[in-house]
Amino acid sequence: MDARRESEPTPMKNRTTVERKSERELVVTRTFDGPARIVFEAWTKPELLKRWWAPKSTGVTLLSCEADVRVGGRYRFEFGHEASSKPMAFFGRYIEVTPHSRLVWTNEESDDGAVTTVTFEEKRGKTLLVMHELYPSKEALDANAGMESGMPETFAQLDELLVTLGFS
Amino acid sequence: MVQYTRAGFDASFAALSDATRRGVLEQLGRADASITDLAEKFHMTLTGMKKHVGVLEQAGLVTTRKVGRVRTCKLGLRRLEQEAAWIERYRQLWDARFDELDKVVEELKRKENVDGRKKRE
Repeated sequence: MDARRESEPTPMKNRTTVERKSERELVVTRTFDGPARIVFEAWTKPELLKRWWAPKSTGVTLLSCEADVRVGGRYRFEFGHEASSKPMAFFGRYIEVTPHSRLVWTNEESDDGAVTTVTFEEKRGKTLLVMHELYPSKEALDANAGMESGMPETFAQLDELLVTLGFS
Repeated sequence: MVQYTRAGFDASFAALSDATRRGVLEQLGRADASITDLAEKFHMTLTGMKKHVGVLEQAGLVTTRKVGRVRTCKLGLRRLEQEAAWIERYRQLWDARFDELDKVVEELKRKENVDGRKKRE
């Protein structure tokens, strides 16, 4: 882990790593070339969040993005995809907000939702971001963490099927 | 969804640490075989071979299926591939998001520099 933090000041793209720490935990890390203050801002202002949360490559569009980032405040993201008429919503509540260093939120779509902790650690002008997701059970992680990443793929498969069937 | 844990890797490596079990995998790479076939080929008792196959099965390296009185073994490598593929998909999702976040961070940094210069002037 520590070796990863000592990233060299090269213009190379920073690496995103994912590790399943335990049956109930997923940890995502990435270093950003900017101070924690700025990276934190990009996670806490809805108008900035919406610019990066649904990149084109995932095949989904963010229909709305509300985030009241303060303790007890709620967030709600709604996603859509051309292959689906029903939007999907992600929502929950912020339970810890420590400016520039720590964000914790719950996910309340179901009882299987994770508690997500994001920490921002600044070092020589760069920020190491660690996102830790804790699920209530192994089954919840297996079912839910895959869902968001699996969703675009499911849609891609549907797209392929439609092409095969001559619908597009 | 299958699990992807350090424990899973440990089980795989433990399963592969035994020469007989590696031989069994090699054999199954050529053709599926019953436990009886494998026991004969490796000059072992049925019980001994059952134990080895059990370890391989636990690690997801081999799958077995009983048809009538015969238990047939085949390679189950797909499980490892599926686990890795699932984590990689998840990684790609966040990597794509973070690439966009990089752009936002760059822009905010530039803006801050410009604002800072304006203040100094």
